[in-house]
Amino acid sequence: MAVIRDFAFQGTQMLLVLLLSPLLTGFVRKVKARLLRRQGPPLLQPYRDLIRLMRKDVVLADNASWLFRVIPYFIFAATWIAASLVPTFQSGLLFSWSADLIAIIAVLGSARFFLALAGLDVGTSFGGIGSSREVMIASLAEPAMLMIVFTLALIAGSTQLSTMAAFMNSPEVGLRVSLGLGLIALIIVAIAENARIPVDNPATHLELTMVHEAMVLEYSGRHLALIELAAALKLLVYLSLIACLFAPWGMSPPTAEPRLLIIGVAAYVAKLAVGGVLLAVFETAIAKMRVFRVPGFLGAALMLALLATLLRFVSRSF
Amino acid sequence: MHGITFDIAHLLAGSLVVMSFVQLYQDRLSALINVFAAHALVLALSVAWQAFVQEAPHLYITAVIALVFKAIVIPVALRRIIVRLGIHREIETVVGVGPAMLLGIGLVALSMVVMLRVTADADPLAREDLAFALSVVLLGLLMMVTRRNAVSQVIGFMSLENGLVLAATGAKGMPLVVEISVAFSVLIAFIVIGIFLFRIRERFDTVDMQAMDRFRGEKR
Amino acid sequence: MTMDALSGVLLIPALSACLLAALPGYRLTARLNVLAAFLTFATAVSLFVVEPKSGPYLLVDDLNKVFIVLTTFVSFTTSAFSASYIGHEIEIGRLKPGYVRFYHAMYQVLMFAMNLALVANNIGLMWVAIEIATLTTVLMVGIYRTHEALEAAWKYFILGSVGIALALFGTILIYMAARPVIGEGLNAMVWTVLVTHAAAFDPALLNVAFVFLLLGYGTKVGLAPLHAWLPDAHAEGPTPISAVLSGLLLNVALYALLRFKMLLALNPVALAPGPLMVAMGLISCVFAAFMLYRRRDIKRMFAYSSIEHMGIIVFAFGMGGPLANFAGLLHMTMHSLTKSAIFFAVGHIAQVKGTQKIADMGGLTVTHPVLGWGLVLGVVAIAGLPPLGIFMSEFLVVSSTFSRQPWLVIILVFGILIALGGLFMQLNKVAFGEPVGPTGPVEASYVPMFAHLAIVFMAGIYLPPALVTGFQNVAKLLG
Repeated sequence: MAVIRDFAFQGTQMLLVLLLSPLLTGFVRKVKARLLRRQGPPLLQPYRDLIRLMRKDVVLADNASWLFRVIPYFIFAATWIAASLVPTFQSGLLFSWSADLIAIIAVLGSARFFLALAGLDVGTSFGGIGSSREVMIASLAEPAMLMIVFTLALIAGSTQLSTMAAFMNSPEVGLRVSLGLGLIALIIVAIAENARIPVDNPATHLELTMVHEAMVLEYSGRHLALIELAAALKLLVYLSLIACLFAPWGMSPPTAEPRLLIIGVAAYVAKLAVGGVLLAVFETAIAKMRVFRVPGFLGAALMLALLATLLRFVSRSF
Repeated sequence: MHGITFDIAHLLAGSLVVMSFVQLYQDRLSALINVFAAHALVLALSVAWQAFVQEAPHLYITAVIALVFKAIVIPVALRRIIVRLGIHREIETVVGVGPAMLLGIGLVALSMVVMLRVTADADPLAREDLAFALSVVLLGLLMMVTRRNAVSQVIGFMSLENGLVLAATGAKGMPLVVEISVAFSVLIAFIVIGIFLFRIRERFDTVDMQAMDRFRGEKR
Repeated sequence: MTMDALSGVLLIPALSACLLAALPGYRLTARLNVLAAFLTFATAVSLFVVEPKSGPYLLVDDLNKVFIVLTTFVSFTTSAFSASYIGHEIEIGRLKPGYVRFYHAMYQVLMFAMNLALVANNIGLMWVAIEIATLTTVLMVGIYRTHEALEAAWKYFILGSVGIALALFGTILIYMAARPVIGEGLNAMVWTVLVTHAAAFDPALLNVAFVFLLLGYGTKVGLAPLHAWLPDAHAEGPTPISAVLSGLLLNVALYALLRFKMLLALNPVALAPGPLMVAMGLISCVFAAFMLYRRRDIKRMFAYSSIEHMGIIVFAFGMGGPLANFAGLLHMTMHSLTKSAIFFAVGHIAQVKGTQKIADMGGLTVTHPVLGWGLVLGVVAIAGLPPLGIFMSEFLVVSSTFSRQPWLVIILVFGILIALGGLFMQLNKVAFGEPVGPTGPVEASYVPMFAHLAIVFMAGIYLPPALVTGFQNVAKLLG
């Protein structure tokens, strides 16, 4: 009985993240449009886009390899796994024993690696541009992310996300400098990984300014739908990660009490909404950086994360 | 004195170190002045918090002096000076931004290790304040060394003084003599800045220190 | 605070500074400057007669009595030299007449600051005084407003301020070490109180504090590698300021270091400050000795000579022990007198020849015999030849070190000999050979220079016993 209930909860999370991610993307777009005094597309537009894409034919280049056809499924699967493992409304779900933060980063990293391969696969130059830029960003974002993980793990005592969330929710965490620095670094890394302004413009149609969009330029039909869904899921993953690690209030402990569960879900949806609004405001307020300045931006994140780890290592009470 | 008061004191001192890094990162002069104003603001908040925590009302005076002078008067004056000198252009650093940041991290690590090891049995809040203060001092020094423009060297020096003010307020009960002297040095430094920057501009038509190197030492 | 000699040496310069800032005209202010300096000197001498009690802010003991008298004496003679020298500078247009008030007022402020640093009992007050002294000299070095002067003043300002900042950090650390033992508040910064409790301070904290203080005040003493400001500041500032910098300000900074060294010496567990000081002293001495050879500007050359002698003094104090400390104290006094005498001579020469370049001067003993032979005597004194005072102190340093660390003596003597060679080589170019350059009469007074040289000559032969016992007492305290 308990096992079935646990499966149900885990399944609920998996479905919830899948269904919420296009809504989150639509929400961010709507808020950005409203901030620019436009009407903007309807909130449910991303769902309509995905369904439309699913129904269309796939157009493949002649020299596309089998990898090109398989990669979208793989990326989607990897991102969905990551999204299912990050605690959203409840910590300590059925698969949470495997929800190690380093493993999640590795999963997302492999997804990115295959996407970069897909960009190179067909041999067009824009795909090459996108892939090389993406890998350059990754080469700085990954170390920063790992340093953040180290800091958090040193503070919380474990890299398992449920344990970390539980620790952050407890009163002994205090207001530490390392956490503050880690938060800023994580936000910068999240912006870089999700191809948001100031690193990359998700709404650009100019190939020369694209990073993520350039890699998926050759995709169409259901492949493109899966990749778009994966991108939406990735945004959700990062927002959930920030919410779970730095704003874990309202998350329900592993229990079946309906009141706590409802509070958990409501809190989670609220956090996503707040995160979306903040992201939209930030993207509207700032301009996209030139590509050669992105390493400096990410270097700052790396420095902050290094500083946070350093402070943590050198004194036990930081 | 643990708990939230401790953490807030740390947060403010840590933010001061972060602001010092942000200063290292800037390559435009007007942005640098803004960041310096923010640096002084964080210092004022930190000193005010110390005044609250240590129940030392005379430290409020220091906080107000830091706020008024360094966060308002000096940035405004510096902005006027650079407008008059006509140097709203990029700063060329002697060392690049990346290596400067790495050096900065190294200096912070060094100061942490030295201060925390040396003050093993002192009051924890004071120790860690001193460690942060030394980091800010060393980062200010790094900034003075890696910059060629006279104005940014002066800003580096003033952020070094901010670190000293942090150290002095962290040392509980240090009498007003030192606080007055630190505020005094702000005033004198500003007077000297004013005189020199104008004289240098008059004489050289530039405040690029590299250009002045021609006159260094024996005529080569 | 009662109106005793202690407040006298502080109040007279302070009041004169205000007065001199207000009065116009060169002749009047120059004479007032000399008068004020003389009065301060007289007050300082009376400290020997009636020793006032030390308070929480000011103190008088064996160590600073000598230095107060020395400082006020040299500033008196320098003001006499400056009175005639600056007149000539105004005539040739090098110094704008509008700056005369500024110059004299700053001179007195500098005297005030140096005296305050010497008599301060509170380590924070000492720091403030040294900072004021630094800032006034920075302003005065740049007073000619030429390219070189501004660059020298800027460099001095930056390096001096960094040194001062590090010294402040060291001072804060000393307070942190003292606080658990003495308690919070004013008492933990009072030197006489610190000295009585020094043995109980945390040794690790004292060590780090001393390193900062050595780096900070060491910059102001001009130890290599922190000396970069010194040659430029000496070369580009007015000659009286060079004399004061070399003769007095370096001494005051070193005095501050000595006070802290005494604190450290009283703590048995703390790191012995000796080896650090020995190393820095030797490096300064040898480095400066080599730099003497290729200098083309005469003031710059003598600035390096100051660095060399400061290196020897710091080496002596680093070695420690009663004989070496005595030698160091004697050397400080002798060097102060000799170097200022040399700078007086150099000032005369620069005014006559209209340049500071050695290549443009020559044959001084032929064209201006008094000046030329005075310079020769000065250089002989500073090079450390007998029977003048510096030979005595160098001899004592060498002999006291030889019994303990013979290898260090070799390096030290090597440095001294190299310096001797360099000085004589340059002296040859200036004093002997074919006369070069203008040969007008000297307009400033020779008296200060020869007064100093006479004292140095006498000290080489005979030291008054009171002085000897005073120095010996202090040498014991220095550890």
